[in-house]
This record gives sequence, structure tokens and C-alpha cells, in this order.
Amino acid sequence: MRDELKHIIESLLFVSEEPLSVDRIRNVLDIQDTGPITEALDRLAAEYETRKGGFFLREVAGGFQIRTRPEYKDWIKRLLQTSPARLSKAALETLAIIAYKQPVLRSDIEYIRGVDSGGVLRMLLERKIIKVLGRKDIPGRPMIYGTTKQFLQMFDLKDLKDLPTPKEIESFGEGGGEGDSGPDADSDEKKT
Amino acid sequence: MTGERYEVRVENIFEGPMDLLVYLIKKHEVDIYDIPIAMITDQYLGYLEWMKAMNIDYAGDFLLMAATLAQIKSRMLLPVHQDEEEAEDPRMEIARPLLEYLRMKEAADRLGERPMLGDDLFLRRPDQSELTVERSEEVIQVSLFELIDAFQRILDRVAGDAGMEFTPERFTIRDKIAEIVELLEARNSVTFTELFTRAGGKEELIVTFLALLEMAKIGLIRVAQQVQSGIIRVFYQ
Repeated sequence: MRDELKHIIESLLFVSEEPLSVDRIRNVLDIQDTGPITEALDRLAAEYETRKGGFFLREVAGGFQIRTRPEYKDWIKRLLQTSPARLSKAALETLAIIAYKQPVLRSDIEYIRGVDSGGVLRMLLERKIIKVLGRKDIPGRPMIYGTTKQFLQMFDLKDLKDLPTPKEIESFGEGGGEGDSGPDADSDEKKT
Repeated sequence: MTGERYEVRVENIFEGPMDLLVYLIKKHEVDIYDIPIAMITDQYLGYLEWMKAMNIDYAGDFLLMAATLAQIKSRMLLPVHQDEEEAEDPRMEIARPLLEYLRMKEAADRLGERPMLGDDLFLRRPDQSELTVERSEEVIQVSLFELIDAFQRILDRVAGDAGMEFTPERFTIRDKIAEIVELLEARNSVTFTELFTRAGGKEELIVTFLALLEMAKIGLIRVAQQVQSGIIRVFYQ
């Protein structure tokens, strides 16, 4: 019986286009208790992990989804022949600000980045990575931005709390050598 | 010191004044809380000169930052009066936003390192339109006039009230938008008429309609009509 539930859930995951939430599964199965569902999901995830096959179970955007393992991305790209939709540095910067500071205004973003961000915002909106949450009741009624579910899906995030915490960079620059504590941040800057 | 400035690679043009400042600060390994303002200002201006010489157009933002730096530099030269209440280091004006910018840059790097759907991870049946760059413009399949017609039909159903009443605004478009967003978030799509059956009076009907128009305009929703049934549906996007 336990296995059957697991198999049902697996079949649901297989056909679902969206990440499936535990609640959604519970509704489909028409049962009260979520315990067996999360347990089945855990067991599925563990099975995929031991099997180490082409896909695994990811918890994204408040639900569960079967996704291919990154190891095989090159083969998949050959099959699908898509150009990856990677984001530019400017877009990532803007997106990071929105993700961490939402709800946020364009002027807030531009204050932090120090450059006009209208074009980037438009692109992010078009790709539905961000959305307009509303308008602020101040002169000009500027739009308020926030991230979408698509954002969580795109970056393989469970929820907004799952966002990587920006490293404290207070130590940056203090006492020379300390500055090297942020190797990632340095790597793309030119060093002379 | 002037010589090394030209070693910068041309493809790495700074996106904005903050970018340039971060570069200078990292290059000289200076403490962000103790920026040698005169030196950084000189270097900053030097780069502006260089960019001008290279015929690189730079936005006014760069000049604004130059002005800020110059102003801080001059304030540093003024004697500090002891009795002035908590006179803050003028350099904080630049250190604070710099720190914030660095924090966000770091966050962006972290985000960029994550496995990305459509590039590292894939779904069983990826909706390609969502993941690839070229997306055709979203069309509103229902024209404004069809919407107004539909709305008129709903208004007709509500008993007419000839009297004029002036009541304070009870419903705002913003609240309505939030309400509809909530509904759509839970259900993904809702029929046009259903949206209005919840509304109480004419006033709420109108606010709901205006909210819909606003949402369609800013691309929050897609309005489509089913060819056979003629039912207008509102989709969240």
C-alpha cells in the first residue's frame, strides 16, 4: 500500500508541468493527512539519489518536480537545440536586488546600481521572472516589482527563503589581505 | 601611477559609476570605511578622461558621481567642529551605497552560480517558449471593445439606479488588483463573468473592470476568448 501511494505520486510528478505541491497531491488523492505524501516524496527522492539516473526530484517554487541532472545538460541541449536563456550580469544584478529587497521600486534599484535599469526591467518582465505587484501611492504612482514563481523555478529555489544569503562583505578591504575573503566576487574583476 | 590606468581591457567597460568605483577600490585594496577620497577621486576622474579619449559615451550618472566625490573631498578639507552634533564622516555618503552595491553584486553572483532551468536542468517537457530568449510579443486576444461589451452586459444585469450618490471611495483599483492577483495565483485562470459575480454594487463592478484593464496593460494578465463558447477567460501570466 505504501508503495502504491509512492507510485501514484510518481505518476503525478511525471505528467505534471508545474511543480506539484503537497497540498495539490493531497487534493488529487483526496486524503486528509499529508504525512504519507511527504514520506513518499522523501522515498522517491532517495530512490532517484541511489539510482543516480538521468533525473532527480527537486523541491522548487513550493512544490516538487522531476528535473534532469545537470551532468547531462549538453546532451539535452543537442536534442532540444535551444539557446540557453542565461542572464547578463546587469540582469542578474537587477534581479538580485528585486529578489532580496522586494517589494521594490525602479528608483530603488537604480539607486543601488547607479545606472538606468529600465531596459533590464522590461526584459525581466517580458520573461516573467519578475512581476508588477502594484503601484505605490506617491507622485507618479511608480510600479512596485517583485519576483515570480517562474523566478523560483528558474533558479531551482524552494521559496524566497531559499535564496542564498549574500555573504557579509563588511570585512571587504579591511586590512588588505582580508579582502580576498570574497574570491567569487573578485574573479570577474580584472586584476592588475 | 598614470601609466597603469591604461591597462584596463576595453571589453570591460564599466556599466555605471558604481561599477567603476568598485573596480578602483578593489584595485587599490582600500578599506571601504576609510576611502582615500582624494586618490580615488583623481583616479575616477582619470578614467572619465580616458573614456572620453576613447570616444566612449558615458551617461550623466558618471558625472553625478564625480560631483559627489568632489563634494566629499572638499568637505573632508573643512575643519571639524567638536561641538557639532555627531558630525559623520562625509565619506559615509559614498561608503554606504558602495557596501549595499557590493552586497547585491555578491548576491547576483550567487544567483548566477545556481543551476539554471533551461541551461543546467531541464523538465520532462519543457515549455520552450518560457525558457528560450526569443519570445513573441504577448497578444491580448480579446480587444478592448469586446471587453467593454462584456462589461456592459454585466452592468445591464445589475438593477439600474438613476439617483446620483456621492460616497467616499470604498474600493481602490490597487486593492482590486491585489484581490484578483490572489485569486489568479490560486486558480491560474478565472472567467470574466465570475470576476464580477463577486462584486457587490456598480461601483465595485467598475473598479473591478478598471483593475482588469490596468492589469492587462501592464501585462499581468492575458485575456482570451474561447472561440466556441464565447467565454472570456482571464489568465495569470
